[in-house]
Amino acid sequence: MASENPTSSEYISHHLSNLTFGNHPTEGWTFAGGEKAAEMGFWAINVDTMFFSILMGMVFIWLFRKVADSVTSDVPGNLQNFIESVIEFVDSNVKSIFHHKNPVIAPLALTVFVWIFLMNSLKLIPVDFIPYIAGEMGIPYWKIVPTTDINATMGMSISVFFLIIFYSIKVKGVSGFAAELSLQPLGKYFIPFNLFLEVVNLLAKPISLGLRLFGNMYAGEIIFILIALLPFWAQWVLSVPWAIFHILVITLQAFIFMVLTIVYLAMAHDEH
Amino acid sequence: MNINLTIIGQAIAFFIFVVFCMKYVWPPITGALAERKKKIAEGLDAADRAERDLKLAQEKAANDMRASKEEAAAIIEQANKRATKIIEEAKEQAREEADRVKASAEAEVEQELNRAKDALRAQVGALAIAGAEKILEASIDEKAHAKLVEKLAAEL
Repeated sequence: MASENPTSSEYISHHLSNLTFGNHPTEGWTFAGGEKAAEMGFWAINVDTMFFSILMGMVFIWLFRKVADSVTSDVPGNLQNFIESVIEFVDSNVKSIFHHKNPVIAPLALTVFVWIFLMNSLKLIPVDFIPYIAGEMGIPYWKIVPTTDINATMGMSISVFFLIIFYSIKVKGVSGFAAELSLQPLGKYFIPFNLFLEVVNLLAKPISLGLRLFGNMYAGEIIFILIALLPFWAQWVLSVPWAIFHILVITLQAFIFMVLTIVYLAMAHDEH
Repeated sequence: MNINLTIIGQAIAFFIFVVFCMKYVWPPITGALAERKKKIAEGLDAADRAERDLKLAQEKAANDMRASKEEAAAIIEQANKRATKIIEEAKEQAREEADRVKASAEAEVEQELNRAKDALRAQVGALAIAGAEKILEASIDEKAHAKLVEKLAAEL
């Protein structure tokens, strides 16, 4: 906890602060949150976001690798059955959207879907639970849901953005990609206008992709925190329905991120 | 909520997870799925084939059954015919035998009768002569009257 008896606004801003490690202008290399973290500028890292995103990524890799290790084409076990249904779900989505040959897309979509789902699902842990334990251990800030950190969502969407550019150039060549950016929608006499329109269109993809996930998760997290401000005996009235609703939101946001990633990459492969 | 190095860290983690997933997770599982699909297809195929084989075997069995029934019927008919023929032959033989026996018996009876007649005739001749001797009280030359006696006996 930031102070012994925080006000509501202190409580909220504390719960929305990441634990950041970086070089503070006055305090040197240190862990910080809130204002101090902002003063560290770009060259600082959100330790909690990285920890939980990598932890969830490890869970994903461990679980799926475990199944892949012992996978059998005979009668599958329970876990294999579950993993297979996830894979078939992702695969059918990829096959229905992406009609080119690229071995990267399906594993990418699977990683996006499961990883984001796992990161989002951390949200269902009560908001005070982990920060309280961390506080008892002397850690001042600890935000557990990586997808409520804009760095995490933008990090992923920008990776997707680079993939879009990479495959656009790989499939169409530099000139083809340049032509796509400049010669449509209005033909060669409006190149500056076309270029402006297409670049905005291109940049809007990663920004909307990252901000959509971040916005949804962040807003949901704020509601959870607000509910947590209620008297303890009244919280369940709101937090339980909200958590149940979030089971849907968590899955849906992971699904949307996955589908949009596939769609953008399919567009990058399409010749116009 | 400030942009910092985390964005790059997240991108690197993302990259590593995708590469790992692409190399070690996706291929084995989809491979197993494809293989299972193949196995199921083969299984269904085998089931179809087995069904077809069964049908063929049933048809063949039915055909065999019908053929053997016909054969059996033919054999029985032949046997019946043969039996009838044997019976007919036996009857014929028996009749012939009976005729033969009857004929020989008749011949024997005839013979016996003739012999009896001859004997009777001889005795009658002797009796007649004896009677005549007694009646005539005279001896008659048997040799002189033999012809007469024989004639008398033949008339009997």
